[in-house]
Amino acid sequence: MIEVVGLSKRFGEQQVLRGIGATFEKGVVNQVIGRSGSGKSVLAKCIVGLHTPEEGRVLYDGRPFFEMTLEEKRTIRQEIGMLFQSSALFDSMTVEDNVMFPMRMFTSMALEAMRERARVCLERVDIIGKEKLFPAELSGGMQKRVGIARAIALTPKYLFCDEPNSGLDPQTAILIDELIKELTEEYGTTTIVITHDMNSVMETGQNIMFIHDGQKWWQGDRQQLLDSSDQELNDFVFASDLMRQARRAITGRVQ
Amino acid sequence: MGLLFHIGRYFEFLRQVVGRPERAKLYLQRTLEEVDLLGVRSLGIVALLSVFMGAVITLQTSSNIDAAWIPRYVVGFTARQSVILEFSPTIISLILAGKVGSNIAAEIGTMRVKEQIDALDIMGVNSASYLVLPKIVAAMVINPFLIVISMFLSIFGGWVVSIGTGVVSPTDYITGLQWDFDPFTVTYALIKTVVFAFIITTVAAYHGYHTQGGALEVGRSSTTAVVYSSILILIANYLLTQLLLI
Repeated sequence: MIEVVGLSKRFGEQQVLRGIGATFEKGVVNQVIGRSGSGKSVLAKCIVGLHTPEEGRVLYDGRPFFEMTLEEKRTIRQEIGMLFQSSALFDSMTVEDNVMFPMRMFTSMALEAMRERARVCLERVDIIGKEKLFPAELSGGMQKRVGIARAIALTPKYLFCDEPNSGLDPQTAILIDELIKELTEEYGTTTIVITHDMNSVMETGQNIMFIHDGQKWWQGDRQQLLDSSDQELNDFVFASDLMRQARRAITGRVQ
Repeated sequence: MGLLFHIGRYFEFLRQVVGRPERAKLYLQRTLEEVDLLGVRSLGIVALLSVFMGAVITLQTSSNIDAAWIPRYVVGFTARQSVILEFSPTIISLILAGKVGSNIAAEIGTMRVKEQIDALDIMGVNSASYLVLPKIVAAMVINPFLIVISMFLSIFGGWVVSIGTGVVSPTDYITGLQWDFDPFTVTYALIKTVVFAFIITTVAAYHGYHTQGGALEVGRSSTTAVVYSSILILIANYLLTQLLLI
């Protein structure tokens, strides 16, 4: 479980996060939604320690991250897997080397054992026979899947996904969403997905947080989202005709 | 942003680079790769430049020494001194600042904008150390070899000109090469080379590491890295000469 307490972050004069507090449950897909520029990616980067907030705390299973020594932070980080919007695979390494990288850095596994673990992770994300290819030789969807394989290589306790299905076709996006949900349940990870893809929210969202203007505006599950009367939330989630029709079909609500 | 800001951030970056090395075996492997990338792959351009540099120095010196009382072997002497003291260590380092420096800034800058450095940080890897330390060590080790090769090839270029054109006889040229040789000049050149290698790699890595934006900014970082490392090489060249030779 990850708890965020009173998190505030500013860049120069611009206040990006304003005292955000939230709890992200273990074993479920926690989604953070919001408009572009609302601060959701900054929130994720604060939680993983890429940005240092001016105020607030982040607790990983009760362990306060910002109060930790560098060594303790390194230990926590080895428990974190992250899937980036751009996949962030290392261009100069093959698919296999990308997945083996965390093992090379943090374990004393023999080469054969690392290869076997990489093969298992790649098979889990349905990448077979591509071990020797370089990231540039893969499609966007495949790169995301290799990114997931690398993120789960050390069996993380916490999984972060920043816009995991941006730039993907709808079919591949759904596959990635399902994969993240399956892995969350399989490994019992605390998963946080940053997204503004409403299909993804409807497919896999279990604990959804809406950020608006740097603040936590709303939090609930899918059903509560469909039933919500909050104007800001409705304007964002049901911006398209398709989403409004979907809500009408499920709940009978017109407005 | 102000100069003081960059100086402060540069030294903070250096502290990060030497702060906490990751696994020694991986570092050694990466350093060897960088020796190949930064050093061995620069051998062609260094060789080509050096031969022509030596040839031109010999021709120019010869054409400018026309007084009868100056012995012809001075051409060989001047070529040797120019090559060892200045042309090989400084000019070749400036060329390497362009070739290797822009490459380092572009590589690390691209990794930054493609979130690969964030990925390393989140894994708990000291990204600055992992990416930059092997480059610094590799350049500081391999560049002196490149410069020594450059010295030999430049002097060889001058010798070929002496045979081919007859502006100075090969015997005079070789006599000049051997005349009043002080081995410390080579030591001085190699000290300069090591300092220049440090400047090239750290300044380029600093600019790449702090790139923000996209492809345009990566290009800008690359250019800025070359400009600043060239300026710093020239300043360091002056200071080292004052310290070591005067």
